[in-house]
Amino acid sequence: MAFLEVQDLQVYFPIKGGIFNRTVDHIKAVDGVSFEMEQGKTYGLVGESGSGKSTTGRAIIGLEDITSGKILFDGKDITDKKTKNKAFRKDVQMIFQDPYSSLNPRKRVLDIVAEPLRNFEKLSKQEERKRVQELLDIVNVSPDSIFKYPHEFSGGQRQRIGVARAIALKPKLIIADEPVSALDVSVQAQVLNFLKEIQSELNLTYLFISHDLGIVKHMCDNISIMYKGRYVEQGSTADIFENPQHIYTKRLIAAIPDIDPKNREKQFHNRQKVLEEYTQSYNDFFDQDGLAFQLKSISDTHRVALPQKG
Amino acid sequence: MSNELLKIKNLSTSFRIGDEYYAAVDDVTLTLNKNEVLGIVGESGSGKSALAFSIMRLHTRAKIEGEILLNNQNIVKMSTSKLNKIRGDEMAMIFQDPLTALNPLMPIGRQIEENLFLHNKKLGQQGRKKRTIELLNLVGIPRPERVYEQFPHELSGGMRQRIIIAIAIANDPELLIADEPTTALDVTIQAQILDLVRELKEKIHAGIILITHDLGVVAEMADRVAVMYAGQIVEIAPVDKLFANPLHPYTRSLLNSVPAEGQDRLHVIQGVVPTLKNLPRTGCRFAERIPWIDASHHEEHPELHEVESGHFVRCTCYEHFYFPDNKEEQANGVS
Repeated sequence: MAFLEVQDLQVYFPIKGGIFNRTVDHIKAVDGVSFEMEQGKTYGLVGESGSGKSTTGRAIIGLEDITSGKILFDGKDITDKKTKNKAFRKDVQMIFQDPYSSLNPRKRVLDIVAEPLRNFEKLSKQEERKRVQELLDIVNVSPDSIFKYPHEFSGGQRQRIGVARAIALKPKLIIADEPVSALDVSVQAQVLNFLKEIQSELNLTYLFISHDLGIVKHMCDNISIMYKGRYVEQGSTADIFENPQHIYTKRLIAAIPDIDPKNREKQFHNRQKVLEEYTQSYNDFFDQDGLAFQLKSISDTHRVALPQKG
Repeated sequence: MSNELLKIKNLSTSFRIGDEYYAAVDDVTLTLNKNEVLGIVGESGSGKSALAFSIMRLHTRAKIEGEILLNNQNIVKMSTSKLNKIRGDEMAMIFQDPLTALNPLMPIGRQIEENLFLHNKKLGQQGRKKRTIELLNLVGIPRPERVYEQFPHELSGGMRQRIIIAIAIANDPELLIADEPTTALDVTIQAQILDLVRELKEKIHAGIILITHDLGVVAEMADRVAVMYAGQIVEIAPVDKLFANPLHPYTRSLLNSVPAEGQDRLHVIQGVVPTLKNLPRTGCRFAERIPWIDASHHEEHPELHEVESGHFVRCTCYEHFYFPDNKEEQANGVS
């Protein structure tokens, strides 16, 4: 039994218009996405802005209304908001993208990190403070700083406070929505290392949402590529990087800047070639609306939205 | 000498905090040749954008000392009217955020024409429109006649960034400063914009200063690279030398914190980038972030040393630097 299973998830946003402000159309932010996750692994969700990757994450945790589809967590159906019970809310936590706006500026670090504890566990003041200090110690923020406010910290420290809040209840699944894209490279390294460390300690599962393929490659066991609300390719990290099948995946991989200046020309030509292939076979890989086709298995782990022939 | 476009001598840009001035750019000396791309890398707070804004004289309240010579005219001492003449004409800037750099109330065409109008009075209305369409074509905008009449909100981020580039290159500038031109964009769009800048470089033969925190972008674009830390240039070298043989501890640490093949743990630089007020003003500024290196290895007044031709490194601590968590790495060099 899969740890988290998402079946044909759809999230539509209504477009209102006309004289009675009726719903005239829908934006299909997530349009039929299915996947399974095993415990203790990291799943990457990659796509460009507007591809629906964040919406997928937010729908799982319950921040967006689900239009249709099913989400099973530990075998229990938690699609409906009412069924997202206390246990689920404790087990699934989220790390947000922007460390500057995801911490309440008027709360002290103690209150920020203790908030989930106060919601779920009855602790005395002393116990609570001790727990918060332990958590801050885990994320390498000085435990003396519990009475400080978020503005007194740097971006990396804030992001780690956000992580401390997310792991306070010992969750099983963490949805990390672009957790490092607002950070400098060296701070980014710090947060990524740290996420890996606590993963093995707490046996965490991550849904790692990012647009940066380099980081996803470093972090994830499995990667899904999303385009306009649909999956175009899904597979292990090796499948995606060594044997990309879908033209969009190829294009994404070709777009990563190469860190070795010697490969510059090669990379440039490769990119031109892939772009040409992309424009040429665009109509084969996408339907009239520019959407990807259904995923088909090409190996045990690797599924691609290949053109429907015949 | 004739090939030299921009020469910066002992430039310091200071901002006032309370009653004192603190230098965000501290004694920077640089040259940029014609038809060259100089990459400037550093983390936020390293002073790279402050440097770019100084060259364009866009700071309103900063104290700027030293010389910035563009074709032998000193920008630091220039009058406002003279500045207005050369800004947008001889030198131009591509800004980071395409969402805020355009006027939301003005059609695209007029925003580009404005720059043409201000610097080339001879061009009539027809001529300006013709040139604008030409520019839109040059930056790869499909159906330029239509875009000419559209407003910024009707275009995507990548398209808007192309408009900003079109405005910047409208008058064939000799110096183009690109401040994080692709940071706000998706990877595929980033690749397109970078390819565009590369093509443009061939066409307009400008000297380009490319400011970025993305080492991959620098590796793909730059001819020479300057690494900045805490307001100073700590290493400057031709791009292949810098990536093949990075010397300064900061450069090496940066390169090591980017995820690479077969690397399980990323290198983390200890501590944080010091704030402007707390910058160590004496000795090696990077010293406090590599405390395991013996203090005697740092110079008292770190200077740029030329290690091989064109490759400069500040301070002598690089000779003794190693990564604390992995001593084998020291033997193998940086991956």
